[in-house]
Amino acid sequence: MDKVISPKEAAGMVNDGDTLLVGGFGLSGSPLSLIDEIVEADVKNLTVVSNNLGEEGRGLGRLLKKKQLKKAIGSFFTTNREAVRAWADKELEIELIPQGTLAESLRAGGAGIPAYYTRTAVGTDLAEGKEERSFEGEKYILEKAIKGEVSLVKAVKADKLGNLYYHKTAMNFNPEVATAGNIVIAEVDEIVEPGEISPGDIHTPHLYVDYLVVNDRYVKEGGRYVEKNA
Amino acid sequence: MSKKMLKEERVQIAKRVAEEFETGDIINLGVGIPTMIPDFLGGKEVYLHSENGLLGIGPTPPEEEIDMDLISASKQPITMSPGASLFSSSDSFAMIRGSHVDAAVLGALQVDETGRLANWAVPGKSILGVGGAMDLVAGAKKIILSLTHQSKDGTPKLVAELTYPNSGLRKADMVVTEKGVFRFIDETMYLVEIDENITVEELRKITDAHFEVSSDLKTMNQ
Repeated sequence: MDKVISPKEAAGMVNDGDTLLVGGFGLSGSPLSLIDEIVEADVKNLTVVSNNLGEEGRGLGRLLKKKQLKKAIGSFFTTNREAVRAWADKELEIELIPQGTLAESLRAGGAGIPAYYTRTAVGTDLAEGKEERSFEGEKYILEKAIKGEVSLVKAVKADKLGNLYYHKTAMNFNPEVATAGNIVIAEVDEIVEPGEISPGDIHTPHLYVDYLVVNDRYVKEGGRYVEKNA
Repeated sequence: MSKKMLKEERVQIAKRVAEEFETGDIINLGVGIPTMIPDFLGGKEVYLHSENGLLGIGPTPPEEEIDMDLISASKQPITMSPGASLFSSSDSFAMIRGSHVDAAVLGALQVDETGRLANWAVPGKSILGVGGAMDLVAGAKKIILSLTHQSKDGTPKLVAELTYPNSGLRKADMVVTEKGVFRFIDETMYLVEIDENITVEELRKITDAHFEVSSDLKTMNQ
């Protein structure tokens, strides 16, 4: 089965009102070409689950700028001033969750675990409305798994089967995101033949990955991803 | 207060926190003052954990070796020390939440006299960023707070009761400011070290929290 599709075909799988799970820590390990394609596809009312909303006008920040987002779920939005402004103007809903809870909820979503208890955030404003329970004398809150219609991840390399290899800390949330979406699309810089990535080096096995898209808009220069024609 | 003073105060704090560690410790350093600590570790070999998925942060790279696929939790370019390992966010936070990290050094906006802390939000402002703060507070084996003793306008940060939103039920083990070192024993705050340029009476005037003075009070950074 050939999993390689065009970026346009990939963007066409995203529908109005979908929840998108997106890998990346800021712009690091973010599927930038796929995001740009979705910006051009003009879908609306999206909920995005990602640690941040990229940066102002970059990465997921572009979906925000074009007013395609209804809601953002993640752990840190204050570095994107546009997100703060959109939230203040009631253009964007924000659900703030601790970074570890974001990672674990995505992991649970992909592992068939509907909810789990954690000590993180017990007794804080972020625990409001969440069930509390004690185990062995310590308090925990119940956190629900996160799933979505479409997962977008970024890996530096894939083989044609869809096995993924991430580059250094650009891995971040990508392995969890790759398990928790109904449709999982991986953007990669390079596609090689099966067997070329050593089995022990595969971070995300191909069974999680539905489609592969080659990054056609960004190149790495001076250690940073920059737009090809910028 | 001059900029130079501020720098000196921050160095004083970072230097003192660095003394707490031993070779082999696994440490997570928060943003701000904690990032200065590696400069003062001397020959001690510790392993620095980064929430975004790395154990073994190395020195800052020169410009020509920067790779933004290798960054810290503050999104700054880093390198990897020999023996470093890379992992996903859920693995990284399992290390934190499962109490496998020996110590977290965090900044704080306020800490109360029992050790409860606030380090993620200011009342009346939008609450849109928490990052890994609550995970570290809940899960690290030891919580060390490094902060300047007062805010820029002189308001005490060591308070009787928090007025800022707290970061969890877990309490700090230790507080290091440029004026002194405090430890918590049974929810009581003890001054254990004091800067040589201040008396205990003067320190009480700029500290809203009640603290006991250790019978074994020492001079800081000596």
